[in-house]
Amino acid sequence: MSTLHSKIITAEHVVAGYQDKTVWSDASFDIDRGEFVAIIGPNGAGKTTLFRLLLGLQQPISGTIEIFNALPKRGNPQIGYVPQRHTIDSETNIESLELVRLGFSGKQWGFNLFSQKDRKVAFDALEAVGAKDLAHHPLSVLSGGELQRIFLAEALVSNPDILLLDEPLSNLDMRREKELLQLVNNVVRSRNVTALLIAHNINPLLPFLDKVVYIANGKLATGKPKEVLTSESLTALYGVPIEVLKDSKGNIAIIGIEDSHGHE
Amino acid sequence: MAMNSIPFSINLLADLQKMFQFEFMQHAFEAGTIVAIIAGIVGYFVVLRRSSFAAHALAHIGFAGAAGAVLFGIRPVFGLLLSTSVSGFVMAILGSRAAHRDTQIGIVLAFMLGMGVLFISLYTGYATEAYSILFGEILGISSNDALLTLVAGSIILAAVAVVYRPLLFSSLDEEVAEAKGMPVLLLGIIFMLLVAVAASIAVQVVGVLLIFSLMVTPAATAQRLAKRPQRVIIISVVIALMATWLGLFISFYEPYPVSFFITSIVFVFYLFVRFVYQRIKPKKIYQTNFQ
Repeated sequence: MSTLHSKIITAEHVVAGYQDKTVWSDASFDIDRGEFVAIIGPNGAGKTTLFRLLLGLQQPISGTIEIFNALPKRGNPQIGYVPQRHTIDSETNIESLELVRLGFSGKQWGFNLFSQKDRKVAFDALEAVGAKDLAHHPLSVLSGGELQRIFLAEALVSNPDILLLDEPLSNLDMRREKELLQLVNNVVRSRNVTALLIAHNINPLLPFLDKVVYIANGKLATGKPKEVLTSESLTALYGVPIEVLKDSKGNIAIIGIEDSHGHE
Repeated sequence: MAMNSIPFSINLLADLQKMFQFEFMQHAFEAGTIVAIIAGIVGYFVVLRRSSFAAHALAHIGFAGAAGAVLFGIRPVFGLLLSTSVSGFVMAILGSRAAHRDTQIGIVLAFMLGMGVLFISLYTGYATEAYSILFGEILGISSNDALLTLVAGSIILAAVAVVYRPLLFSSLDEEVAEAKGMPVLLLGIIFMLLVAVAASIAVQVVGVLLIFSLMVTPAATAQRLAKRPQRVIIISVVIALMATWLGLFISFYEPYPVSFFITSIVFVFYLFVRFVYQRIKPKKIYQTNFQ
């Protein structure tokens, strides 16, 4: 069905980076509506650069990237974004509901002391990520996993079609990691949202993924995990011998790319 | 001074009436009230954005401006407004992404203090002017100063009302705000200008060196008492007001500087909340609803 599998992100021969330095080049791929996509690769390979292009915070050096058949623009309401870094820390004594509420109406000028409707919308977003119990907790007392839920609610509150999640798993233990991934997966499936998630380690994501974008050594490989993450396809792409190893539980490790993070 | 000879009685109402017979006390209360409200509000954003050092630096740079104004025979508050606004604007533009912001600010701050010292030494009347800029001289506020304070305070209030939500959001979660297409640089500039104007009028009350007591301590204390921005702001304003009013009242009857009383009162508030209140307050039970 075209509505189910319509392309919502298309990249054609995109070269990304800065004036003096190309981060990756000749990237062409499509992402369809309702797909759960992992962006993986070594540190500094340009994973966040892809997000910056989609958010319109940075322009491609050449090639075109389109979202819903239009060039990316800053402030696209169709995108919900969870950055890797937040200014929020253990001294931020603001309740969760307020942050989510600002995610909904923080763009508006003027002063209205926030309508009850805003609070209700924010509360519903918290409920959708299973965090309504945390609504009145100050952000300063929340654990890493709880904070990620709040950030997810903040991103979801404006009802976006695309979720960009930058390393949401980085500070979580294995149990929280799995819980958050299940949550994102539920959001993707129940709302037909497209999620792009940057991660260090692909293994916890493998059960949920529709697609993987592997970024390393200035190149991108895109496709189903089974097709992309094989010794043959990666060796062919990079022109150097790369081995993809698999253990008895299906965990994989990518050997041959410097700073490989495929393994546990 | 005249006030030292006035005895304090048990009749509070009579004491207040006595105090308000003096015009300088009326002006002091007028200006002090406006400054406390403004500092309490702007201070919340200073604390939220972790910009205490920038606010502190602005006030110090204001010292050079005020001293320069004195030298050229202009009212110090205009020198303050000009120097803090210009430097606030520059800081907002330069520092938006700079990792070493504190160092840069510190370097400029030291230089500007040196300039201030030069201006003061060039001005023959030196010591009292310098003293009042550094430590405040609220009892010397004229009706013109009070009016200017009212105008500046009203502008800040109006500006905060307009930018309230975007400023709050970009202070809290700048990355997301930027991705949402919000003008984070412009908001940063507006914030620094708010701090500049607020600091300029607050200097009259507590002086350049003690600006923290009204711009940071009340908000930092309030942040420990509430977790919704509007409530924190209200508590912050109340603390700043109490300290200013009490400080003025006590100093009318006791021969010590107002700014000493104000700084001590906010400090006691802070200590109480930090070390006593947080131990004795009832265990929090968080509700699960959207109210």
